[in-house]
Amino acid sequence: MNIYCDLFLTFAKVGVCTFGGGYAMLPILQREVVEKKGWAIDEELTDYFAVGQCTPGIIAVNTATFIGYKHKGIPGGILTTLGVVFPSLVIITAIAAFLSRFAEYPVVQHALTGINAAVVALIASSVLKLGKSTLKGGAAVTIFLCVLALAVFGNLADLDAGAYGPLGQGLELLTSPAALIVLAGIAGWLIKGVFGGKKGGEGR
Amino acid sequence: MTLVWTLLRLFLEFAKVGLFAVGGGLATIPFLQDMGAVTGWFTETDLTTMIAVSESTPGPMGVNMATYVGFQVAGLSGAVAATLGLIAPSIVVIVIIAGFLQKFRQSRTVDAVFSGLRPASTALIAAAGLAVALAVFLLTGGVEEHTFAVHWPALALAAAVFVCMRYTPLKKLHPIAFIAAAAAVGAVFQL
Repeated sequence: MNIYCDLFLTFAKVGVCTFGGGYAMLPILQREVVEKKGWAIDEELTDYFAVGQCTPGIIAVNTATFIGYKHKGIPGGILTTLGVVFPSLVIITAIAAFLSRFAEYPVVQHALTGINAAVVALIASSVLKLGKSTLKGGAAVTIFLCVLALAVFGNLADLDAGAYGPLGQGLELLTSPAALIVLAGIAGWLIKGVFGGKKGGEGR
Repeated sequence: MTLVWTLLRLFLEFAKVGLFAVGGGLATIPFLQDMGAVTGWFTETDLTTMIAVSESTPGPMGVNMATYVGFQVAGLSGAVAATLGLIAPSIVVIVIIAGFLQKFRQSRTVDAVFSGLRPASTALIAAAGLAVALAVFLLTGGVEEHTFAVHWPALALAAAVFVCMRYTPLKKLHPIAFIAAAAAVGAVFQL
């Protein structure tokens, strides 16, 4: 098959299989892009999610563009992105036109609970797979734990509700995914680039 | 002519969302609230419906919402205009960043920065999974606001999926097979 068709169709498949936010896309990407096509490795996926997280645009779209661009330049980036949104166009248009009460049907809500339960399991499994390559060494594990704690805290504390005043707003900003990614990048740079570099230079 | 204007406006409004919303699809909601208030294209109630539909249909949520709003405003061509608007800034920004990264791939600084980004990115994915888990497994509400109950059947279903896909021959199945099976279980047993 023509590689451009393949990029479009593979990402259309990723789009169909994604339920919820962009993170739910990860297990599908691992299967389709890493295992089946070999267009990226697990570590690269975490890079794309990291960059997609702190740059403009929603993660799912950013990740699709990234993989497509890396593989076949600008046309590749455009095709993967069009591919990932194509199923939404078809499905949402059909539902908006004929079934606008779709989400209110009890059977849909029950099915969605089941889907979300499966998505939790899929994400957990994907994180374990990713962790094997991304959590090597003490510094990496420390960054992982700090970011996880701050992100979960930010999710749970509902800081933007205003109950904590300016302090809460500051914490809300600090625990936002984009800020955490930037801080972790600085930490990595300091640990490995600045101090690690010095040690390497002076040590021997 | 008015249709052309509407489509152009949809494209630009969603390009704004694509440019300023950073993160997952949920990050687009505040922008959509503003858009509804400013343009009068949809009400808060409409938006609630759109969020519910976007969450429960295939496709990344942020994309689904753009498509839905566009369709609501101007039919199929509106859906296309809004979706293209949403993705246009991503394509430009990511192509620039990816090009930059390719150029500086050998740089020790970039390598060091990514050594920090990878564990952080993994942590954020884990946190997102936990957020979904809390939403599914903990039932809030009831008489008092701060009482919680565990949704045991959903938790059991998730555990079953996890075990099947990691430790049994079923792990060769495509992830969508597990999602479809879980949807069926949910619908049949009324989770």
